Amino acid sequence: MTSPLLDVRGLKTVFHDLAGSWPAVDGVDLVVKPGEIVGLVGESGSGKSVTGFSLVQLIDAPGEIVAGDVLFNGEDLRQASEERLRSLRGDRIAMIFQDPLMTLNPVLTIGEQMCEAILEHRSCSREEAMKEASHALSRVGISSPDARLKQYPHEFSGGMRQRVAIATALLNKPDLIIADEPTTALDVTIQSQILFEVQKLSRETGTAVLWITHDLAVVAELADRVAVMYAGRIVETGTVDDVLDRPRHPYTLGLLSSSAATVAPGERLKQIDGAAPSIDARPSGCPFRPRCGRSLPLCAQIDPPAQVQADGHSYRCHNPVTEGSAL
Amino acid sequence: MNAPFFELRDVKKHFRGKQTFAQRLLAATGNAPLPAVLKAVDGVDLSVMRGEVLGLVGESGCGKSTLARIATGISNPSAGSITYEGRPVAELRGKDRLNYLLKVQMVFQDPYASLNPRMQVRNIVGEALRVHRLLPRSEIDAAVDKALTEVGLDLAYKNRYPHQFSGGQRQRIGIARALAVKPDFLVCDEPVSALDVSIQAQVINLFMDIREKHGLTYLFVSHDLGVVRHISDRVAIMYLGRIVEIGPASAVFAEPAHPYSAALIAASPSTARRKRAFQPLKGELPSPLAPPSGCPFHPRCEHAMAKCRELRPILKEIAPGRSAACHLHNSDNS
Ligand SMILES: Nc1ncnc2c1ncn2[C@@H]1O[C@H](COP(=O)(O)OP(=O)(O)OP(=O)(O)O)[C@@H](O)[C@H]1O
Ligand SMILES: Nc1ncnc2c1ncn2[C@@H]1O[C@H](COP(=O)(O)OP(=O)(O)O)[C@@H](O)[C@H]1O
Ligand code: SF4
Ligand code: SF4
Ligand SMILES: [Mg+2]
Ligand SMILES: [Mg+2]
Repeated sequence: MTSPLLDVRGLKTVFHDLAGSWPAVDGVDLVVKPGEIVGLVGESGSGKSVTGFSLVQLIDAPGEIVAGDVLFNGEDLRQASEERLRSLRGDRIAMIFQDPLMTLNPVLTIGEQMCEAILEHRSCSREEAMKEASHALSRVGISSPDARLKQYPHEFSGGMRQRVAIATALLNKPDLIIADEPTTALDVTIQSQILFEVQKLSRETGTAVLWITHDLAVVAELADRVAVMYAGRIVETGTVDDVLDRPRHPYTLGLLSSSAATVAPGERLKQIDGAAPSIDARPSGCPFRPRCGRSLPLCAQIDPPAQVQADGHSYRCHNPVTEGSAL
Repeated sequence: MNAPFFELRDVKKHFRGKQTFAQRLLAATGNAPLPAVLKAVDGVDLSVMRGEVLGLVGESGCGKSTLARIATGISNPSAGSITYEGRPVAELRGKDRLNYLLKVQMVFQDPYASLNPRMQVRNIVGEALRVHRLLPRSEIDAAVDKALTEVGLDLAYKNRYPHQFSGGQRQRIGIARALAVKPDFLVCDEPVSALDVSIQAQVINLFMDIREKHGLTYLFVSHDLGVVRHISDRVAIMYLGRIVEIGPASAVFAEPAHPYSAALIAASPSTARRKRAFQPLKGELPSPLAPPSGCPFHPRCEHAMAKCRELRPILKEIAPGRSAACHLHNSDNS
């Protein structure tokens, strides 16, 4: 067995306000091996982005990482100096955020920024860096890359900016990419192009990927393993085949069943009633209980711990789904 | 065949790009080119039949929202005509124009931006009834309650403000607001895109329920092919400001006629597929500011022929009820 590239244990990140401290990420365990593509899915507010930021120690007040270990190649990033973290980010660990404007500087040309990203971590000539940047742009489907390198972020459409951010993240052939819903706003044909590049990089250079999304279909097609997040916890994790074909957690089954693909056109969709609880109003016991059709009295009292099956498939539920059972 | 209930003919919307601050700076130094014309909608013909759900799909920026805003009278076309129940909308005056504006309602993409943050929900939903005096004051409250109940919102929440609701609830408020004026036709612009997967299913079910109950007609805009396929009777595919294919949803999804429709359907992800070998885009993505000559899809089309670079294919019937704008299907050509 390969040792993990990223090994996260018991990660807990809270947000403080006048009324108290609210856990956005509440005891997350996550393992990513070299070359592996892991999908992190869940609805908005479930804590996916906060998890992503916590991994690279980019949590600012009123947020605070209060517990857990984040081991990257065995090194505990929670103990790492700011200098060390800066040299890792953008080099060994690349991040692509939901909002590309977070990574792009409005007053520098795209070319300057991409070159900087290369030269900061490697010694090569400016010409070489520009050439590489141009090549990277064309790989994400941007035409006339040389002309584009001379432009500023505002001269790109939202979708193109996102592709620039992705191209930049791929530049230094990182060991790990953390991608937070980077293709959600893009057309499916362009999304395919980007997934093609990610898949290729992962295969050719062994880059591992944590792909954060609410789109289960993308995870199904791209990932090796998947972690399903709900109310700050990983409620189910395993190989894509195990989790999507044999879901054990009622929320995972509900997500899969609510897709339009599961019923004939025009029929009512199988919806999950209710909505996810907000961070300051999470119920006691299992946080999915108010929406769960399988809840037991026990579910109101005890937050279910993770159960790990022999095949590594794990879930947090007192009354797990068995094959063929419906929500 | 019955006459279309709602029709767009050769509708165009051209924007002359506003200069950004940086461009104005450049202009001051004499370096800026003239702002180019952006043809957001460039000659769309579309007929909607009473009672049908017409899905409209296309990539980001292809002109779907612009078209939706024109259909609802929120924005005026640069050229072309719109007819509602057989009468040109441009000629409607007074009561007739108000009737059109009320009967054709829009549900917006962004439930945050489309609701006035300083108004209580009951006032948002009752606003049109009050402003246009559609009901006596004494009856407005009851009408608002009815609309809120229909969309599944608890009446206990009606004095709350939009920020006190979740995304899915806000979208329900937007739907209640549209329903309150008893519309015939809902133009829904990406009404579920901003919602979570589990909430999307709730809202799509709601759309199907109220359509059945009130016999509504929908123009349903989305970039999610699964959703469009599920809810639509017919589907129109848009590319760079034009409709490139239209036909019954089942037929278009089973056998797309236009290469762009085929590419969209092939690329659309599915939970049934695993370890897909993703394909790179062929060719280059065009800029809407400088659309390619001939067929606008030709730089990305694997079937492109010499004439595709020169001659723009027009939308033509290729089978009963199906049309496509592609030289592969128009052998005689024009
Ligand atoms: N007021 C405006 N001024 C200038 N350009 C505009 C304006 N409104 C829209 N556009 C441009 O028109 C084109 C079509 O925009 P539209 O909003 O209709 O796209 P869309 O298909 O709805 O995209 P999305 O899927 O991202 O919502 C885009 O290139 C957009 O930048
Ligand atoms: N800066 C912040 N201040 C307070 N709460 C926050 C902040 N950022 C995120 N949260 C809260 O943390 C929870 C998880 O958020 P997030 O990770 O962004 O969700 P996701 O990415 O899964 O949509 C949410 O309840 C959100 O409101
Ligand atoms: S623990 Fe209970 S309430 Fe939670 S998901 Fe399982 S059955 Fe449902
Ligand atoms: S007209 Fe030509 S380029 Fe355009 S879609 Fe048809 S075959 Fe392709
Ligand atoms: Mg997020
Ligand atoms: Mg739009």
